[in-house]
Amino acid sequence: MSATQLSTFSVNGHLFGVEVAVVQEVIRFQPMTRVPLAPAALAGLINLRGQVITAVDLRRRLGFPEQAAGEPAMDVIVRTSDGPVCLLVDRIGDVVDVAQEAFEEPPETLGGIARELIRGAYKLDHALLLSLDVQRAVDLPPLGNGSGVVGATPM
Amino acid sequence: MEDLEEIIAEFLVESHENLDQLDSDLVALEQDPTSRQLLGAIFRTIHTIKGTTGFLEFRRLEALTHAGESLLSKLRDGELRLTAEITGALLTMVDAIRSLLAAIEATGHEGEADHRELIATLVQLQQGGAAPAEQRQRPPATPSSPPVGEVIVEHGGATGDDLRLAMTAQDVGDPRPIGEILVSQGSTTPGEVSLALEVQAERRSVADGSIRVDVDRLDALMRLMGELVLTRNQSVAHAASAGDATLVRASARLNLITTELQEVVLRMRMQPIDSLWNKLPRVVRDLGAACGKSVRLELEGRETELDKTILEAVKDPLTHLVRNAVDHGIEPPQARLDAGKDAQGLLVLRAFHEDGQVNLEVRDDGAGIDPAVIAAKALQAGLVSAEELARMNQREIINLIFLPGFSTAATVTNVSGRGVGMDVVKSNLETIGGAIDVSSVIGAGTSFHVRIPLTLAIIPALTVLCAGDRYAIPTVNLVQLVRLEGRQAQAGIERISGTPVYRLRGNLLPLVYLDQELGVAEPDPVERDTVQIVVLQAEDRRFGLVVDGVLDTQEIVVKPLGSQLQHIHMYAGATILGDGSVALILDVLALAQRAHLAGNGREQARAAPDQADGGRPRAGAALLVASAGRDRQVAIPLEQVTRLEEFPAASVEHVGSRELVQYGEEILPLVRLAGDPGSAAEADDPALTVVVCAPRGRIVGLVVDAILDIVEGGLPGPGDPGGAGHLGAAVVRRRITELLDVEQLVREADPQFYDADAVPAPGGP
Repeated sequence: MSATQLSTFSVNGHLFGVEVAVVQEVIRFQPMTRVPLAPAALAGLINLRGQVITAVDLRRRLGFPEQAAGEPAMDVIVRTSDGPVCLLVDRIGDVVDVAQEAFEEPPETLGGIARELIRGAYKLDHALLLSLDVQRAVDLPPLGNGSGVVGATPM
Repeated sequence: MEDLEEIIAEFLVESHENLDQLDSDLVALEQDPTSRQLLGAIFRTIHTIKGTTGFLEFRRLEALTHAGESLLSKLRDGELRLTAEITGALLTMVDAIRSLLAAIEATGHEGEADHRELIATLVQLQQGGAAPAEQRQRPPATPSSPPVGEVIVEHGGATGDDLRLAMTAQDVGDPRPIGEILVSQGSTTPGEVSLALEVQAERRSVADGSIRVDVDRLDALMRLMGELVLTRNQSVAHAASAGDATLVRASARLNLITTELQEVVLRMRMQPIDSLWNKLPRVVRDLGAACGKSVRLELEGRETELDKTILEAVKDPLTHLVRNAVDHGIEPPQARLDAGKDAQGLLVLRAFHEDGQVNLEVRDDGAGIDPAVIAAKALQAGLVSAEELARMNQREIINLIFLPGFSTAATVTNVSGRGVGMDVVKSNLETIGGAIDVSSVIGAGTSFHVRIPLTLAIIPALTVLCAGDRYAIPTVNLVQLVRLEGRQAQAGIERISGTPVYRLRGNLLPLVYLDQELGVAEPDPVERDTVQIVVLQAEDRRFGLVVDGVLDTQEIVVKPLGSQLQHIHMYAGATILGDGSVALILDVLALAQRAHLAGNGREQARAAPDQADGGRPRAGAALLVASAGRDRQVAIPLEQVTRLEEFPAASVEHVGSRELVQYGEEILPLVRLAGDPGSAAEADDPALTVVVCAPRGRIVGLVVDAILDIVEGGLPGPGDPGGAGHLGAAVVRRRITELLDVEQLVREADPQFYDADAVPAPGGP
């Protein structure tokens, strides 16, 4: 029996988990700089000790409604193939051990984009833990035209 | 054992560097076969490698370097003269040493490669000299800095006996430096001594002036630096509120030192491009030899610094461009001679900082790229349609070579091969945010222009406000700041049917509203009482960027953006401002392109006045639409328009039948589009509206009734024959509009107009 440790956090009432090793650190919500013309799920840029890091709003990324105003978000810094990326989540949860046997396909109730970003689910005693595919979550598809790829032919 | 491994690792790194230098030196030596300095340097390098290999018991390597060293010592002593054969053998030896080193690096052993033949060649070559003298055991040349006395003797400033005498004096207690003693002995001159000291310092700087640091350690230093900056910011903020004067002073100092430290750390990652280029002389030489061509390589801007990671990333694309230039660009010697060129081809590499970017040029004086060949090839490969081709100008056609699946090499050579084409070069450069462009003149050569962002570099930038956010603009793009207040704020900006322009000293400056371009504009903009225009220049395009406010200029550190943002071509990167918040750096060229300014820059039109096929605008070019007389609407290619002016009718002077206006220091001849003076429009309007054009670099003013619009022009439909003074007609703003042929108009009005340029005027009326 193989067990995996997952760091958990909640977004819109759902419990999500990512492998502990993927999480670099968890910090309080940081003020961020918005990026005009960027995909909506891109919340902005934060300064992490001198490094400029892209922040992805998981609510928007997963197609959930916006968080009520005044509710603080937390920043989960994850390691990706493209360097650290910040995920905005509602609340931080515990680190939990999950057994491979408890792994299931993504639940049928989960639809839309969220389903594509979930690897599967673990049944816990009190809840269902959704395993987030971090790499997919941070790969934001570019906006259609209008993002202004002008100058494809240099003059 | 671990110690030994470390020594071997150190030896490998050092040897690789030495070999790179050796390649350059050997190629340089071919040009200057008797240079004792070069020969000495080459000899020392091989000697150093040989010495260490002996110690580390790499026997094959030792035998090889020994043979090379013996040959080199004869060359150095003038017993042998360098021939192409010897150079070839020595270069082969360098390659063999490399492969042995690679084997050691991979396995820890030298491997089984046998270089007996090469050694035999080297031995044979050294015996081919003046006399088959017996192996002379030379004392090892000192690799580190030699004593001054020896340097003086080496340069013939004194004899060995003089030196021994002086050294004896030192031994018995003379406290003076050796040079001084030599001078007082009358053995040498003070000039010789200072020369020797310079030589010595130079050698020392190579040997002792630098240390090698692992990039990982630099990265670790960078991260720590970041932490320090953040802590600094907190403590500075806290000190200010604590009200302790000593603490405030100390934190101000901390602030200063941290900033300086940050810059020093960042600069540590920068390396001159020469560390990349120094491999190229060898590449070009070998390639030229393989293709039967002789190529002279010129490197300009060797000291231009790039970030280490960028340097790594441009290495392959750059080498590919160089290989291409030698293989395809430069013609064989006979073809060059037939074309009236020097038999030896010229390849120029240039590096310089501009527009907040690093610019690299690879230029050859070869056959150039024939757009017709490219067009045919692209059509055949199905990369473009005939319709698309018809709309392209020559430059666009040449740039088709960057499309995937494009290769024009008539014959497949083992040098550039096929398949791995320019598209790979382009995409490699794009992954680091770079861009590549090609221009070519048939028969005169081809020039590739690569622009790479200065990731991680420090650049001065202007911070501006837009919709509550701060943005940074590289000051290299900044021309000036213009602030319009009060009435000026509205009256200063003219809208020619939706295209806002500002007259900056008579020049038409197209305006771009940053908030609109970024999509952050208020839905219902309030009338501004001040307008802040940042006049920017990107390549040859000048435009005004309207922002909400200008804050300050500061040195910023360019940080790369994550992959999620790289497809947005509006940003060149991000930076961290003094208060720790992040600001985006605007890509000025992209802004210019987004604002549809591409291709209609006035400067560009002036630089190449007859680029557009004798005044005929290419498809999509902007047209200035004006009314001229009752019911007559005309269009002038905006490329040819330099300014819009208004003159009082009274300022027009008459010389014969011609009308002139004094215009700055020049005289501006006028051409009436609406017919004779005194026509209806002018009667009640004493001011003349004049479109100043500069066909072929000579200015002329076209008098119109009113300027109506600037439109993205369509070429007149086929079948429209055009006529005297116009190139055809098109429907613009739902009216038939004549497309003016400015040159022809001017000729009709004044057949002698171009005589100064010795252009034969056609038989006009």
